[in-house]
Amino acid sequence: MIEYEDIQHILLTRVPALTGRYEFLSFRNAASGRAWLSAILEKAQSAAEVRASVEQDKRWVTVAFTWNGLHALGVDERSLATFPEEFRQGMVARAEILGDTGQNHPDNWVGGLASPDLHAIAILFARDAAERNRCQIEHANLVAQCEGVKVLSALDLEATPPFDYAHDHFGYRDRLSQPVIEGTGEVPTPGTGAPLKPGEFVLGYPDENGPPANLPQPEILSRNGSYMAYRRLEEHVAKFRDFLREHGKTPEEQELIAAKLMGRWRSGAPLTLAPDKDDPALGADPQRNNDFNYKQMDPHGYAVPLGSHMRRMNPRDTAHNMNRRRMIRRGATYGPHLPEGAAEDGAERGIAAFVICASLIRQFEFAQNVWVNDRSFHELGNERDPIIGNQDGTLEFKIPKRPIRKKITGLPAFTTVRGGAYFFLPGIKALRYLATLDDTSIETG
Amino acid sequence: MSDTSRQGDWTKPAAMAIPEGSFFKDEVKQGRYGPIFPKTPACYGFSIIAKIIPGREPVFYEYAKNIEKAVAGQPDVLAVLKLHYLRWNLFEIKGETYFQYMGIFDTDFDKYVEDAVGLFAASGLVTVFENLEGFPNDWKTNAPAFIKFVRDHHRPSFLEYGEYPFVSADEIKKALQLKAAFSNMLDQMQ
Repeated sequence: MIEYEDIQHILLTRVPALTGRYEFLSFRNAASGRAWLSAILEKAQSAAEVRASVEQDKRWVTVAFTWNGLHALGVDERSLATFPEEFRQGMVARAEILGDTGQNHPDNWVGGLASPDLHAIAILFARDAAERNRCQIEHANLVAQCEGVKVLSALDLEATPPFDYAHDHFGYRDRLSQPVIEGTGEVPTPGTGAPLKPGEFVLGYPDENGPPANLPQPEILSRNGSYMAYRRLEEHVAKFRDFLREHGKTPEEQELIAAKLMGRWRSGAPLTLAPDKDDPALGADPQRNNDFNYKQMDPHGYAVPLGSHMRRMNPRDTAHNMNRRRMIRRGATYGPHLPEGAAEDGAERGIAAFVICASLIRQFEFAQNVWVNDRSFHELGNERDPIIGNQDGTLEFKIPKRPIRKKITGLPAFTTVRGGAYFFLPGIKALRYLATLDDTSIETG
Repeated sequence: MSDTSRQGDWTKPAAMAIPEGSFFKDEVKQGRYGPIFPKTPACYGFSIIAKIIPGREPVFYEYAKNIEKAVAGQPDVLAVLKLHYLRWNLFEIKGETYFQYMGIFDTDFDKYVEDAVGLFAASGLVTVFENLEGFPNDWKTNAPAFIKFVRDHHRPSFLEYGEYPFVSADEIKKALQLKAAFSNMLDQMQ
């Protein structure tokens, strides 16, 4: 039985937010961090609360901590040592594994995210800008009361127009394929796959491999928690549009190139089901837009290129043990919309998202290392993910086509990693436990 | 040197000397579970050598029959490992029996190691490892412990040779399929 009242809402629910804000925090001492946490934890809603009142609510708050942050709050050494190694090391130390080299290297990250002083994140999702501003002021007042708590940086979230469906700055429809957790009552859309054991995403429950094992201690700290990999990914919209123009003579050809990079038309219609022409009605229909496989429907990638973003992030029936590799994605776009036809304005815009999973090394890091940035994925030889892979201008993208494939060489980087971090997302009881730690536990720890 | 810069002409056999310490300095790539051993003209590989628990030899011979049966029953049972070849040996040193497990792969061990643990746990294929000294009892639920055992007992090579260097098993299978398709085509044209 899933304990909805003890799981932070972000893990299990998607809220109707059009805006929001992330604040990245540092604690100079344990007492101030705990004072901040004690005050904010009353606002961090559980999945049960959000399910009950989402229609009336105007804002939703989540808090999570880096390993350094748990240390700063006063979690004792014995307990800290029970967290998995990749989380203890943090995202910066894992840069090479994740493909965060060159332009994506943590040396180039912004907002203090690469600093060991990054201890916590407060995530605000808000229904509108007025509510965000109200919450921002309220939080600034709270931080001002907690001497020793410092805001390293903040990022305002903005949905991009048109607002009637979720999409990124490149124009791709988002939130099309999310795993469903067994026992939530949620019915997977056709093609999504059977519901997965809760332990794939929430600590303390059986996973696809069996009963829970090797959880961080004490149990009250880990139960109903999870891990979040944060990624701030700048999208180079003007460069992306230039690329489409360069490789497609007509608007139709340009749309097809955009679709081939992703595996779906920007409307969301999958190329497996609409190989030659966009079908926006299909793209918008959750009963149809995820209902496909690759092994039978597109083994050679004539519809969805083998190296396209969608085929890498979820190879479906062409990878082994997919049930052990699934991830929940949450997040939003940030930065101003760049209107079609407008020149590059120098403003940073992109996606600021969380990948939520029970094992960073087995789920998130595997996807980054083996699917996104492995040049020999599907024997492709010299390719990485065309959207989020580490691109330095030397790699290619091959579009299978009869009689002869199309090969694009010197693929530019359409995105740049501007920051990231590994966070532990505690359950509600665990937040209370952290808020009430006392310093004796440090001395005796 | 990157992998691609080493991947030259498959018609030209190649050998590679691997420095002491098993890595090329300044080009060690980090995998999720530690540094990745270099790719050579013989692709990736490992050689696990460990002492067996005394008296357990019969288990190994029984295991061999089980593997033979499992692969015959489900030929793609090991597909996830991206293998070329596997060899298992038992040998004696000063009256004690040692086990060697040597594999040639197309991916470094790091990439699909959890899949391997999952495969072994589900199929019972690795039961033979439980007869090695020091193998972790909780390996089914503790992938990092399994991986540590394998890394601790891996004896990297200092020289590797490939008659058709860097070619993957999938490429070889594609070539054979192409040959079969062509001969089929010629038959159809008679």
